Amino acid sequence: MDIPMSFYLLVSFVMFFAGVFGFITRKNMIAMLMSLELILNSVNINFVVFNRFLFPEQMEGMFFTLFIIGVAAAETAVAIAIIINVFRSVNNISADDIQKMKY
Amino acid sequence: MDIASITASQVIFFILAAVILAGSVMTVVSRKLLHAAVYLLFVLLATAGIYFLLNYHFLAAVQISVYIGGILVLLVFSIYLTSQVGEKMDEPGIVKKTVTMLISMGGAVFCFWVLCTGQFPYADQIHLNEIDMHAIGQSLLGTERYQYLLPFEAISVLLLACIIGGILIATGNTKKED
Repeated sequence: MDIPMSFYLLVSFVMFFAGVFGFITRKNMIAMLMSLELILNSVNINFVVFNRFLFPEQMEGMFFTLFIIGVAAAETAVAIAIIINVFRSVNNISADDIQKMKY
Repeated sequence: MDIASITASQVIFFILAAVILAGSVMTVVSRKLLHAAVYLLFVLLATAGIYFLLNYHFLAAVQISVYIGGILVLLVFSIYLTSQVGEKMDEPGIVKKTVTMLISMGGAVFCFWVLCTGQFPYADQIHLNEIDMHAIGQSLLGTERYQYLLPFEAISVLLLACIIGGILIATGNTKKED
């Protein structure tokens, strides 16, 4: 193992905070969804790296990552269905302009 | 670390890390939505590369097929359906941008500090053996300790619910608009 664990963690948390930045600053809902993917992906890297470096004889991190990928796929599909439906009724997917879903 | 002692996996790791860092920042600051999706594609591919580097080949294959083959294609389709080609998104307000930048920078600095000062209980012997498919399959469909039949079934029910929900949402309220 010639790359220390902290290098992987550094990559993952820069990705996480890029995702947080994007999730707050973006107004387009698809762009927010993409930031969410970044956050989930960085958590996946964390699970895998902790599994590999601290408990290399077990597979828990890998299965958590597998299930996270499955849930993320399901969540994205439903979110995109909702976004396209909102676009059909208000002709806009900016999160600021959707007042109908507010109350 | 001098030049002569750099191994191939280190070079590969630094290339992947550079792609991930640049790509994830560009994903959240790019003003064209389709460009952001392409940067996200590179980030996801480089993540799969990191899984390959750690010898999780099955996970890398899942990452490529589900994230890139499924989610990203879906995202690109919905981008084409909802926005004009070449349309630029609005710049966020300067106050919001600054505050968010401060929050995320602060979080990153805090994590970096924890990373520098913390001690991790490293495993004594790190071996990068590849996990064989037999072990993965038996863990996924077994009922004993460290085996995952119940979450596997739960996620299949979740996927079914998502399919039904997606169909309902996509076809549901056409009557109300008339």
